[in-house]
Amino acid sequence: MATSLAPRRPGPPAAPARGRSGERSARRARLRRRVADNALAYAFMAAGIVCFAVFSWYPLFRGIVLSFQQDNLITDPQWVGLDNYRHLFDDPLFWTAWKNTAEFTGLALLLGYAVPFAIAVLLNELRHFRAYFRIAVYLPVMLPPIVSVMLWQFFYDPGGGLFNTVLRGAHLPTSQWIQSPHTAMISLVLVSTWANMGGATLMYLAALQAIPGELFEAAELDGAGVWARLRYVTLPQMRFIMLVLLLLQIISTMQVFIEPFQLTGFTDPSTITVMTLIYRYAFAVNNDFGLAASMSVLLFAVLGVFAALYLRLTRETDQA
Amino acid sequence: MTNSATAPATRSLISDQELARPRNRAVYFAVLAVTTVLFAGAFLFPLYWMASSALETPREFAAQTPTLLPKSVHTDAYRDAWSQMDIAHFFLNTAWYAAGGWLIQISVDVCAAYALSKLRPAFGRAIFAGMLASLMLPAAALLVPAYLTVSDLPLLHLNLLNTPWALWLPGAANAFNIYVLRRFFDQIPGELLDAAAIDGASRLQTLLRVVLPLSRPVLAVISIFAVVGMWKDFLWPLLVLQDPDKQTLSVALHRLSTSTTQVPPTEMIAGLSIAAVPMIVLFLLFQRHILGGLSAGALKG
Repeated sequence: MATSLAPRRPGPPAAPARGRSGERSARRARLRRRVADNALAYAFMAAGIVCFAVFSWYPLFRGIVLSFQQDNLITDPQWVGLDNYRHLFDDPLFWTAWKNTAEFTGLALLLGYAVPFAIAVLLNELRHFRAYFRIAVYLPVMLPPIVSVMLWQFFYDPGGGLFNTVLRGAHLPTSQWIQSPHTAMISLVLVSTWANMGGATLMYLAALQAIPGELFEAAELDGAGVWARLRYVTLPQMRFIMLVLLLLQIISTMQVFIEPFQLTGFTDPSTITVMTLIYRYAFAVNNDFGLAASMSVLLFAVLGVFAALYLRLTRETDQA
Repeated sequence: MTNSATAPATRSLISDQELARPRNRAVYFAVLAVTTVLFAGAFLFPLYWMASSALETPREFAAQTPTLLPKSVHTDAYRDAWSQMDIAHFFLNTAWYAAGGWLIQISVDVCAAYALSKLRPAFGRAIFAGMLASLMLPAAALLVPAYLTVSDLPLLHLNLLNTPWALWLPGAANAFNIYVLRRFFDQIPGELLDAAAIDGASRLQTLLRVVLPLSRPVLAVISIFAVVGMWKDFLWPLLVLQDPDKQTLSVALHRLSTSTTQVPPTEMIAGLSIAAVPMIVLFLLFQRHILGGLSAGALKG
């Protein structure tokens, strides 16, 4: 590192001589090699750096600037200070969108958080058909999301849809599913959970298999029954991964888009979410990119809290 | 049982001895049977319904009493979806975007990770941190400004909208790839690269002839995730490929489902099945890589 401070001016090309000049030329050769090495390394990284700079770092900066501007892509952007934020707070849809997003995230956690864990614990005890269970639970994750959502759209059809047909066949009350404001949100959560729970389930399974068997052995010798072992061995051992997945799940479910977008659209106030509102502001109704950007900045700030928690959590254990 | 990688090496919550007791055995097999059936119903049946409904005639599909097995097999819906609904065109679009995106992602990210791991340039750590930081950026936060950037590239003032580059270039900025590749490259001993250098190989030759052949497993995982990610993506292609002719299969299916011209439901479902097939085939072929990559990610956090 310090050698890079060495010769300031390129001296005359030194002959390979003895003494001080020999040392200097060696140092210069070393410097030249370092420069050449660095140039080569940067040549290798150039494309990657440009892609990150243009499509990740710069948009972050631009998004923040944009949130203080009025921009409709036709006229030149204008600086409007906090006007966009003021507009947001005055828009009743803004509050509805946050409320709905919170509701979706809450319901998705109730279902999508507990269920994969329970399934993973169960699957870990089953000695047969292991590959079948793993493949089955992960299949929906492989489907393009639009396929899952549109498939469920057929299932949800109040007339001849699969769900109501089955309910009718069992002489149970049918439901309007996505067509009623009362059941629309839970319907979105159901399809989202179905489509996404495979990932969490398999991650829990991997973590369960990493628990040392001696712990269960010792607990059993101490007379702990199955429930006690679950409570005092499994749960404490799983605490870290459960926390990590909780944070990741909050971050991803708060960005829910495709389910409300395809099933209920971006106008229905009973299911409009933060992401569909951003879409509506920028691309569908208002063509107001500044307004959409300020909404994105707020969402970013909220998600940033969870991302920071996640980082702290994983950092701590990295060092430990 | 069939997959040795997922079989537990150690005992789990309930020991084999406990399970061997007659009463517990009965309970175990009851639970096993119920779980097997429930999984089939919850995860396999919807896919079966999708594939088979598209084989029914529109009339049979609309009938009040649904049939589990199509009365007679009609492939018309698949054929019409493929040609009339032009699913073939969108299928090829998506395949082209996925193939190009894969190539660009791999070449850009492998080179960057190789430099970060083995050439160790000045400020390499800061650049790596900056790339990783983008993992923490929710896609939502960048949506609008990234769209504006793609529609008018800074300095160059190029408009990438409705071109494959709008998917390919942002896709190359993939911090997950760089992270995984760098970790893998870090484990390749430096002596191996030095030996190649002594034999007169340039850095690029070392990368191509020494590093890449050693990295086959990690390249496989990254390739699969790249292709799957491209095939499944929805929101970004929805924004940057608004020209119906250029759209991906997912976006086209959404557009057709909301368009004013009525598409027969069996044809629509056939379209869904066609969109799902490549992913299911990939999954069955590479389930070890996919599930293994997942569990590895879980353990490392």
